[in-house]
Amino acid sequence: MQKLPKAIEFKDGSPILDMKQVCKSYQLGGSELKVLRDIDLTIKHGEYTAIMGPSGSGKSTLLNMIGCLDRPTNGNYLLGGQEVSSLDDDQLSTIRGAYIGFIFQSFNLIDQLNVIENIEIPMYYQGVSEQESFKRARELAVMVGLGERLEHKPSELSGGQQQRVAIARALVNDPLIILADEPTGNLDSASGNEILKILLDLHKQGKTLIVITHDDDIAKSAERVIRLFDGYIQKQEYN
Amino acid sequence: MFLFRLKRTIRLGIKSLWMHRLRSMLTVLGIIFGVSSVIAMLAIGEGASQDAQEKIARLGSRNIIIKTTKPPEDQSATGQRQMMKEYGLTYADAERFQDGIPNVRIIVPSRRFSQEAQYRNRRASIEIVGTVPWHPDISAMKVKFGRFIVSNDMQYKEGICVVDERVVKELFRFDEPIGQNIKLAGDYYRVVGVVTEQSNTNTSGNNFGNQSGEAPKAGGAKTGCVYIPITTVKGRFGEMSLQVSSGAGASIERVELQEIIVQVQQVEEVMPTRQNVQTMMTRFHKKNDFEIIVPLELMKQAKEIQRIFTIVLGSIAAISLIVGGIGIMNIMLATVSERTREIGIRRALGAKKRDIVVQFLSETLLLTFIGGICGIALGMVIPYFVSQFSQMKTVITLSSLILAFGISAIVGITFGLYPAYRAANMDPIESLRHE
Ligand SMILES: Nc1ncnc2c1ncn2[C@@H]1O[C@H](COP(=O)(O)OP(=O)(O)OP(=O)(O)O)[C@@H](O)[C@H]1O
Ligand SMILES: [Mg+2]
Repeated sequence: MQKLPKAIEFKDGSPILDMKQVCKSYQLGGSELKVLRDIDLTIKHGEYTAIMGPSGSGKSTLLNMIGCLDRPTNGNYLLGGQEVSSLDDDQLSTIRGAYIGFIFQSFNLIDQLNVIENIEIPMYYQGVSEQESFKRARELAVMVGLGERLEHKPSELSGGQQQRVAIARALVNDPLIILADEPTGNLDSASGNEILKILLDLHKQGKTLIVITHDDDIAKSAERVIRLFDGYIQKQEYN
Repeated sequence: MFLFRLKRTIRLGIKSLWMHRLRSMLTVLGIIFGVSSVIAMLAIGEGASQDAQEKIARLGSRNIIIKTTKPPEDQSATGQRQMMKEYGLTYADAERFQDGIPNVRIIVPSRRFSQEAQYRNRRASIEIVGTVPWHPDISAMKVKFGRFIVSNDMQYKEGICVVDERVVKELFRFDEPIGQNIKLAGDYYRVVGVVTEQSNTNTSGNNFGNQSGEAPKAGGAKTGCVYIPITTVKGRFGEMSLQVSSGAGASIERVELQEIIVQVQQVEEVMPTRQNVQTMMTRFHKKNDFEIIVPLELMKQAKEIQRIFTIVLGSIAAISLIVGGIGIMNIMLATVSERTREIGIRRALGAKKRDIVVQFLSETLLLTFIGGICGIALGMVIPYFVSQFSQMKTVITLSSLILAFGISAIVGITFGLYPAYRAANMDPIESLRHE
C-alpha cells in the first residue's frame, strides 16, 4: 500500500476534516468561474451531516473535494491531520481507497461485473487477498440484504438493490468517512427509505456520514445541515 | 503479491474481452493475419532458397562446368552461309585441362542431345548422355540397381545403357528394366543399370518443425536421361547434327562435346581453377562458343537473392502487422472512451493511474498474445497448403516464429500504451459524470 507522509489518525469527537478558506474555481474562456468560495468547515468524527442547496450551488464539488477526487484551488484542507493539497495523485488514490466510501446518485456500478465482483473492487486496489475479499464482499452483500443475488448483474437488479450494492461496496474497506451524493435521488420513496435506514444504522455504528440531499426527511435525520448557495455556506443548523 | 495481481488482472482482461467477443475477434484478426503472413512468407522464402541451394549443391560445389554454347552468327558471312558449322568443346580441351590445370581431381566430358526412346510400344523423349565410367563420382548420382558404365564398355563401344528413374517410370512402368533392350535412333541398347539422382546435401542447419512438402521431384523436372559410353555415342551417332535454322534452311553442325565437368580437390581451389579454365579456353576458342558455370558462385548468388527476398517479404508482412496494430489501437481507444465511466468509478474507489494503465495494457497484450498464438498456428498451416498445391518447398524456421511473435508483442505494447495512458490520465470527476 502506498505510504502516506503521515498516518491518518482520529479520535472520537476530534475533527476528522478541517477546511479553511477553501476555494474552487474553473477557468472558462478567460473568465474565472468561482464554484466554491471561502469554505470554512469542520466535521467531527462520527458526525452525520447533510448538505443542501439549489442545483449548481457547488454541493457535488464540495463533496468531491472532501473525498479527495478534487483539489482546492486555494485554501487548506486537512483530512485526519493530513494536508491534502500536498499529496500526489497516487497518495490521493490510496486515501480514496482506504479511508473514503463513495455512494452516488446513479449508483455507478460496473455493468459487466456481478454483485460480488462490484463489491470487491475497492479491496482489489488495496491488495486484499482473493479469498479474504470474497469472504468480506459476501458478508456485506448479506448485510445489505442481497445474500441471494451474489451472481446477479446490476442490470438484473432494481434501483434500490443497486444502491445497496453500492453501499456495500463503499463499506468494504471499512472507511473513515462515507460520502453520499443524493443517494436516494433516483429511487422511489420506499426504496429511498430503505437506503435511509441503512445509512442511519451506519451512523449508529459510529461512521462519519456526509450526505447531499434535496429531501427534507433525510435532512431531518441528520445531526447537522449545511446549506450552500452559489458556492458559499449560507447557513448551518444543528437538529 | 505481484503474481497474484497479475493473475487477477489477466482474468479481468479475459472477462472484459469476452464481454465484447465479436469486437475482440475482429481486432485480433489483424494480428492473426499479420503474424501468419510473416511466418508463411518467411517459410516460402526459406523453402525456395533451400530448394535452390539443393539444386545447386546437386551440381556439385567443387565442380566447374564448361558448356558448349552456339556462337553468335558470324556477321561477315551473311550472304553465303557456311554449310557446316564447327564449334564447341573438344576432346583436346579435356586433355588440356587434364594436363595443364593444377588441382584437377576428375574430368568428365560428355555428349548430350535429345532423342526418342522406345521400349516395346512405349515411347518417351529422353536425353542421351554419352559419358565416362567415373561420371557418378562428380555428381549426386547413385547406382540403384545393376551397374554403371565400366571401362570395358568404353573400350569395346558396347551397346549398353544406364537409365535413370524417370526413364524407368516412363518406359518400363512395372517391368524389370535390367536386361531389356531399348531402341534409340534405330539401334538397340541393353539396360545394365538404374541410377537415381538423390541429394544427401543438407544445405542449411536450423530447420525447425515441418519441412512440409519436401518435393522429391526437385531437380528432376527435366526429361529422363539415358547414359551411354561416350565412345559408343561417338561411333554410332557421330558428331554431326542437322540443324534446321530459321530463315535459310538447314545447316550441319559438328560439336565434339556438349559439356566438360572439372572437379577440384578442395572447395577453396574452385575460384582459382575457374580462372585457369577461363584463360585456357579463351586462348584456344576464338569464337565465343562456351560458357563456364560454377555452382559455388551460383550458391553465393542464390544466398544473396534469398536475403533480399527475405527482407522484402518480411517488410511487407511487418507492415501488415503494423496495420493490425493500428487496428488494435483504434479499437482500444474506442473501448477506453466507451468505458470512461468505469474508469472514473475505479479511480474513485482507489485505483491509481498505474492500475488503469495495467488494466488496459494487459487487455491489449492479451489480444496480441492470442492473435500471436493463432497467427503462429495459421502461419504453420498456410505453408503446408502452399506446398501441397504448388509443389513449392516451404521451411518454417524457429527464428521466423520468434520474430513474428516478437513483432506482435512489440506492436501490442506500442499501440496499447497510448490508449492505456489516455485512460489513466482522464480526470476522475469528468469520467464519473460521463454518460
Ligand atoms: N469541470 C468544470 N468546469 C466548469 N464548471 C464546472 C465544472 N464542474 C462543475 N462546474 C460548475 O460548478 C458548479 C457547481 O456544480 P456542482 O456539480 O457542484 O453543483 P451541485 O450543487 O452538485 O448541483 P446539483 O444539485 O444539480 O447536483 C456548476 O455551475 C457547474 O456548472
Ligand atoms: Mg451534484
